Amino acid sequence: MLALISHSVIAALAVLLLAGAPLARAQLAIEITGAGANRLPIAIAEFGGERIISHALTSVVRADLDHSGLFRLIDSGETPLSDSNIAYGDWKNRGADALAAGSVAATTAGRYETRFRLFDVQKQDLLGGQAYIAGSAQLRNTAHRIADFIYEKLLGEPGIFSTRIAYVVKSTGRYELQIADADGANAQTALASREPIISPTWSPEGTRLAYVSFEAKKPIIYVHSLATGARHVAANFKGSNSAPAWSPDGKRLAVVLSKDGGSQLFLVNVDGSGITRLASSTGIDTEPRFSPDGQWIYFTSDRGGSPQIYRIGASGGEVTRVTFEGSYNVSPRLSPDGRSMAYVAGNGNRFQVALMDLASKQTQILTDSAKDESPSFSPNGRMIIYATESGGRGVLSAVSSDGRVKQKLSVQAADVREPAWGPFIK
Amino acid sequence: MRSLFFVVIASLILAACGSQPAAPEQPAAGVEDRTPKVKVETPTVTQVTADSGSLTGLAALKDPKSILSKRSVFFDYDQYVIKGEFRPLIEAHARFLVANANMKMLIQGNADERGSREYNLALGQRRADAVKKSLMLLGVKEAQVESVSLGEEKPRNPGHDEAAWAENRRGDMLYSGEY
Repeated sequence: MLALISHSVIAALAVLLLAGAPLARAQLAIEITGAGANRLPIAIAEFGGERIISHALTSVVRADLDHSGLFRLIDSGETPLSDSNIAYGDWKNRGADALAAGSVAATTAGRYETRFRLFDVQKQDLLGGQAYIAGSAQLRNTAHRIADFIYEKLLGEPGIFSTRIAYVVKSTGRYELQIADADGANAQTALASREPIISPTWSPEGTRLAYVSFEAKKPIIYVHSLATGARHVAANFKGSNSAPAWSPDGKRLAVVLSKDGGSQLFLVNVDGSGITRLASSTGIDTEPRFSPDGQWIYFTSDRGGSPQIYRIGASGGEVTRVTFEGSYNVSPRLSPDGRSMAYVAGNGNRFQVALMDLASKQTQILTDSAKDESPSFSPNGRMIIYATESGGRGVLSAVSSDGRVKQKLSVQAADVREPAWGPFIK
Repeated sequence: MRSLFFVVIASLILAACGSQPAAPEQPAAGVEDRTPKVKVETPTVTQVTADSGSLTGLAALKDPKSILSKRSVFFDYDQYVIKGEFRPLIEAHARFLVANANMKMLIQGNADERGSREYNLALGQRRADAVKKSLMLLGVKEAQVESVSLGEEKPRNPGHDEAAWAENRRGDMLYSGEY
C-alpha cells in the first residue's frame, strides 16, 4: 500500500513537472502565427506506459515539433503504439511521412526509462531510436531531447528544444532577468531589481550571463553565474559601462565605456582586469559582437554621420563599413555559422529585424512590425528571437531566417524585452 | 474678562517698572577707585534678509524659487547641443559647484525611446557629456562631476508621441544624496 501511494505521489510530481509549472510568477506563453512552406508531416503516436505521464510527455514532443513551424502533426489517435509491428500503409494513408512511437516506464525510486523509435513511413524503414533514464524532474527535458532527435534526423540540423532563453520582464516598479526553456516553460528569475536591466548575453558555455544593471543609478556591467547566483562587477568605470559581448573562448568581454569621453569600444577580461581600448572615433561606437570564429568584432557606429554597422579585427586595426542601405542600421548579431548577420534597420520611426548575407551583401527585412529590437540567433541559426510590441506591450517574437515561421512569446500583464538565446547544452 | 486680565497685568508691569533700584552713590572725592570696570556692551545684531536668489546656500538646491532647484536640460531630436535658453541654468550650477568644492554632481543623460537601447544609451551619454563639458568650461573640476546615461530606460513621460519624446531627451543634474 505504501509503495502504491508513493508511486502516485511521484507520478503527480512528474505530471506537474512535465506541465512546466513556472517557478517565477510570470509564464511565457508561446503562439505560432506563421509556418514553413513545406512542413514535414509526422505522426507522434501516444507513448505507452502510465497514461498520465506518457500523455504529458507525448504532448511536449508534439508541441515542440509543432511550434517549430516545420512539421505538420498528423492525428495519431489515442492508442499507444506497440513499435514492434508498424502498419506502414496505414500511416501512409493518413498522410504521414514519418512516425515516432515510444513508451515511458517507471523504474526504481522515482526514475523513468523512456524509449522511442523513429520510422520513415515512405521507405518503411527504421531511422533510429534512443533510450533515456531520468528522474521525474527531468521528464520534460527528456521530451525535448526526443524532439531534438527527431528534428535532427529528419531535417539534418540540430534541434533547439533543449536550449534556454534569457530575457527581461518589466512590471510596475520591478525588473526581472529570467531564464526559461526555449518553449517558454520553467521560467526562473536570475535577478530581481527596482531599476532597469538591459543587454543580457550568454557566455559561450552557457553557464553565465553578462548584463547591464542600473541598480546603482548608472549603467554597470555584471557577470553572473546562473547556478549559484554569484556575480561580480566586470566594469564600473567613471561614466557609463554597457553593451557586453563575450569572446568565443569565454575569456574576454568587448564593452562600451564612456570613461575616456564619448561611448567607445574596449576589451576587458571577464574578471574585470586588463582593460584595453579597441577602437577610436569622435562619434558613438557601441553594440560590439564577436564573429563566431573570434576574428572580427562587428559594431554600431555613427562615425560616418548616421548609425551604421562596421567591422574591426578582434585585436583592433582597420575599420570597414558593412551596411550601406538606409540611414539607421544597428544591433549587429552574427549567425552561428558566421555567414549572415541579423540587425535592426530603421526607416523613419519604423524599426525592423533584417538579415544580411555577408558574402553577397544582400539584405532582407524579416518582419512586418514596427518596433523591433535586440535580435538573437538560435544556436542552430534557424530562428531569430527579438523584442517587439504587440497589443500595447512588449513581447518577444521569433522568425525563421527565411522569414516564414513566426512565433510570439508574451507574459501576462508585463513587458518582455531584451531576449538572448542560449547556446547548445553540451 | 480678558481685557481686565490684561489691564491688571499691565498695571503690575508698570508698577514694577516704577520701582527702579536706587542709582549707585558717587564715590567720595579723592579716593581712587580700583574696582575694575566691566565694560558692558550690547552686541550689535545686523539683520540679514534671506535672499532666495542666493547662489551659495545649500537650501537653494531645493528652493523652488531658486534657479538651482531646476535640474533638467532638454535637447532637440538627434541633438546634444546645449540650447541658449539653458545657459543661465548651467551657469548657476557651475557657480554653485565652484563655490562648494566638496559638492558632487551626477549628470544623467536620457534619450527618447525610438531605436536600439544601447545606441540610445550612447545618445544619452552625449547629452550628459555636453552638460559636464559646459560646467567644466565654467571652472567646475572634473573630480566633482560624473556624467552617465540612462538611455531610454527611465523616461519622464511614458507616452509615445513627439511631446513625450521631447520631455525624455534631457540631462538631469543630481547632487550627492539625491541618487
